Amino acid sequence: MSSQKKVNSWARRRTSQGSSSYQTRLSAWRVKEDLSDSKSISKRGQNNTVEDYEGADDQAEDALQIALRYFEKGPIKTSQSKEKHLKTVENVAWKNGLAPEGIDILLSVALSGKFGSAVNTRIFKCIIPVTLISEDSVVKAVSWLCAGKCSGSTKVLFYRWLVAMFDFIDHKEQINLLYGFFFASLQDDALCPYVCHLLYLLTKKENVKPFRVRKLLDLQAKMGMQPHLQALLSLYKFFVPTLISVSLPMRKKIYFKNSENLWKTALLALRSRNQGFPSEPLKLMLANVHPIKRNWNSHSIIPVLNSCNYSKESRKKRMNLSDYFSSNGSFPLEQLKSFPQLLQNIHCLELPSQMGAVLNSSLLLHYINCVRDESVLLRLYHWLSQTLQEECIWYKVNNYDHGKEFANFLDTILRAECFLQEGFYSCEAFLYKSLPLWDGLCCRSQFLQLVSWIPFSSFSEVKPLLFDHLSRLFFTSSIFFKCSVLQCLKELLQNWLLWLSMDIHVKSVRNSPLETTLGGSMNSVSELIHYVGWLSTTAVRLESNHTFLLHFILDFYEKVCDIYINYNLPLVVVFPPGVFYPALLSLDSSILNQLCYIMDRYHKNLTAAKKNEFVHKTKSEFSFSSKTYQEFNQYLTAMVGCLWTSKPFQKGLSIDPEILGNASVAEYKKSLNLVHHPAFLSYTVSFLLQECPEERKVNMSSIRGKKWNWYLDYLFSEGLHGLKHFIRSSIHRSSVP
Amino acid sequence: MDSYDTPELTPRQDASSRLKDFFIGATPLQKRLESVRKQTSFIATPPRRKIPQGSQLQEDVDPQKFAFLLHKQWTLYSLTPLYKFSYTNFKEYSKLLNAFIAAEKQKGLAVEVGDDFNIKVIFSTLMGLKGTQRDPEAFLVQILSKSQLPSEHKEEKVLWTGWFCCVFGDSLLETVSEDFTCLPLFLANGAETNTAIIGTWFQKTFDCYFRPLAVNAFNLSWMAAMWTACKMDHYMATTELLWSVPCSPHSLDISYAIHPEDAKALWDSVHKTPGEVTQEEVDLFMDCLYSHFHRHFKIHLSATRLVRVSTSVASAHTDGKIKILCPKYLIGVLAYLTELAVFQIE
Repeated sequence: MSSQKKVNSWARRRTSQGSSSYQTRLSAWRVKEDLSDSKSISKRGQNNTVEDYEGADDQAEDALQIALRYFEKGPIKTSQSKEKHLKTVENVAWKNGLAPEGIDILLSVALSGKFGSAVNTRIFKCIIPVTLISEDSVVKAVSWLCAGKCSGSTKVLFYRWLVAMFDFIDHKEQINLLYGFFFASLQDDALCPYVCHLLYLLTKKENVKPFRVRKLLDLQAKMGMQPHLQALLSLYKFFVPTLISVSLPMRKKIYFKNSENLWKTALLALRSRNQGFPSEPLKLMLANVHPIKRNWNSHSIIPVLNSCNYSKESRKKRMNLSDYFSSNGSFPLEQLKSFPQLLQNIHCLELPSQMGAVLNSSLLLHYINCVRDESVLLRLYHWLSQTLQEECIWYKVNNYDHGKEFANFLDTILRAECFLQEGFYSCEAFLYKSLPLWDGLCCRSQFLQLVSWIPFSSFSEVKPLLFDHLSRLFFTSSIFFKCSVLQCLKELLQNWLLWLSMDIHVKSVRNSPLETTLGGSMNSVSELIHYVGWLSTTAVRLESNHTFLLHFILDFYEKVCDIYINYNLPLVVVFPPGVFYPALLSLDSSILNQLCYIMDRYHKNLTAAKKNEFVHKTKSEFSFSSKTYQEFNQYLTAMVGCLWTSKPFQKGLSIDPEILGNASVAEYKKSLNLVHHPAFLSYTVSFLLQECPEERKVNMSSIRGKKWNWYLDYLFSEGLHGLKHFIRSSIHRSSVP
Repeated sequence: MDSYDTPELTPRQDASSRLKDFFIGATPLQKRLESVRKQTSFIATPPRRKIPQGSQLQEDVDPQKFAFLLHKQWTLYSLTPLYKFSYTNFKEYSKLLNAFIAAEKQKGLAVEVGDDFNIKVIFSTLMGLKGTQRDPEAFLVQILSKSQLPSEHKEEKVLWTGWFCCVFGDSLLETVSEDFTCLPLFLANGAETNTAIIGTWFQKTFDCYFRPLAVNAFNLSWMAAMWTACKMDHYMATTELLWSVPCSPHSLDISYAIHPEDAKALWDSVHKTPGEVTQEEVDLFMDCLYSHFHRHFKIHLSATRLVRVSTSVASAHTDGKIKILCPKYLIGVLAYLTELAVFQIE
């Protein structure tokens, strides 16, 4: 009974305030907005000084305590300080709300008649809790009413306040014991409507007594058909239909006077504070723009978590008592609060009536992750793909007002995907449909992240649907867009690799048909890598070797070069010349350093692969073609030739010496070694200056022999670790020039 | 939103099985994705369709039974499969929906006590309104207002009607499991607020999703061609096409009315394959209309937007409104609408 009662009163509350929720929500949002930095601002307004935030906070707290003590003591003749203290209390109350003790004090002050009614009104307006009001304060306040020290208008205000704050009172048992007292107050014509409303919220079945019914009917006879009396009567009739024989007009709209106008914005701020929903008011502000759409999916895009209400109803009916005992009953979602609970009840969990709600609950995402029931996934699939299309702001014309909302929605999805470490199929389907229409700007970061969570699949199949559109955007957009695309493709590669590597470990245990298709999946991955290689080669050319871009490209290859060792997958793909040479000739030392690191990793991966092949001679399926080794060796030769032996490009480079002479680089051979390479020039110079700081001319060719080694150590100490690894693994130091 | 700070807690134990499923394409989800891929990669609509035939309803079904569905304007929605929907629970559904509507209507008021809300909800099947045996039965939801005074003759006024159907929805049926009922096409007549309330109830109860089904100009021209191609004993209305020119301050509408027999004659002249309509024929048909119009008015209709098609068979508006006129082709019209709805939910 009691739980039912709770629901009842909640519903009643909701209905009595539903009328103008949109406006109030909006203002609540504003209030929230300045909640964040309000204190400093208000402080500044008062003192005209900018103070340390912390200090301001403490001071406000102190000022509040002083003010409260002042009010407790009663009026002192200097009105100036009264005004000041009132202001203090108001400021704090409206911004953050008051603690239960503060509320206790202020209630007593307002009802004890120490101050005039103007002050009492102001006090009442600012009795706003931080979160909750203690029941004792209310009981104490009611006792003050009996003392008869306050005016009628203050009493009215008190009842209005009580109705408005009803939901925030921590307990109501003792207040309910005062039912008789409140009921007696119905006599007062001015109080009657508000007391009715309070009783309406407070009434339990056991409060409905014949004498009370008689009294209400008397009042009705005296005052006529008053809506508030009728509301109370009909509630009585609902609880005890036998007591009331009068017919109440069924279809009359029963209104209470809106008691909470005074605290409307504060209440909303309070509610959102209690629920911790910062973004909701914003959504509702937008709601007015598309009323029809909002009618359908009332508050937010993602449905609220409700356990299956229909099945519950029907089960209740069909189950007789024995059924009830035999089945251990299902576990309602609303009670699911912790992971251990989930584990204990996972077999009898009642699923949400709308599967989309799982996006907002990490516990249920755990459940989704291990559930075998295909229908659960299908429900989520349908809901998600339809919602994405419906909410997508560029998918339909004139939908751009919802940009923020859509971005938030995508963020939620992405959090879920990241949590599950797995992409949703519906998101992939959505990408197919929406990517061709995308302008590359709207929700860019979210949209690209969706791309990076595309579940592993055959690349050649997905390419015409996704990646061809993506490359079109890639080539025509700014360098920053190019970088973010490369970043997202790197993440995509990583996700695919993780997935496949997990699978390989499981494979040996289970006898899945995958063995035959592992080559297929490796193919798909290598196609992805080649695709990115193609994008990168063209982009480097388009952006004329931009350092920033090269960074992102090399980041991608940092993943690629380590596939064999890091993910234990039989795949090594070397980068294309269009990436290697621009990086080698880059003017930026960090690029060159990164390149060295990647070359070193390639070296290690290929060596490991070779070794492995040597050991298991039988497993020839995934042996790498000699072409891979050749490519790599070619790069390695070029690199060592440039940086170390000063014999760059001995094969394949045939430029007429005359041309080189004309360009005054006849002596080009040394110009790309560690000393002369443009990327290292600044290091060389500072190395030499370190030696003799006074020198105006430095002799770069002096770095050789022992000094070369010192120079190397200097470079390593400057953080060029990639270079260090590269030189250690690929160069035998005996060959110092 | 809960915080997701511990992704390590959920290792994907069954990656292998999912991957396996992927390669075999076994799970319903995978099938769905496959069909989406196919749809996206090729031209959205098949290049040929059947011309609606006369009597596709099963023999034991009286076409007059569905007369009340005709001559009414319906707003179209697509609907994802209904989860755990059962044709045997109609009584219970009507009770629950009734309560839900009452609760929704009373929002903003103090609770009205008693269950005397003056409406009645009726669920009923539309037996036989389907294309193949595999299609699930269509069903109807009606909201009636109860007469105020019991003494008066009991006349119940229909406030709102909506029906759910699936006609030749094979492609969708293949991709869902048995817990679901596929009725991808939903048609509503009545106040939008009611549609919203009832739709919300369905969404909450059967975890489905309604989306308004707009008909784009491309599909409208298909309708124009297919419906012109239908054999009619007598024509009830002229064939009329409406184009809209977006210009400020008011958009300009161009109405193009043709005598239905002339339209049919034009169609017959471009039509080659018996019983079928092809994309080329549709294009040709529309081009003929365009060039005729251009000859007289020097306006290129192809540069404007087709927004409405009315024929003796049915009329459709681009914002997703349809009126079916000819009982003979009811199924044919619904088949095409089902196809559009299925396309939208894929």
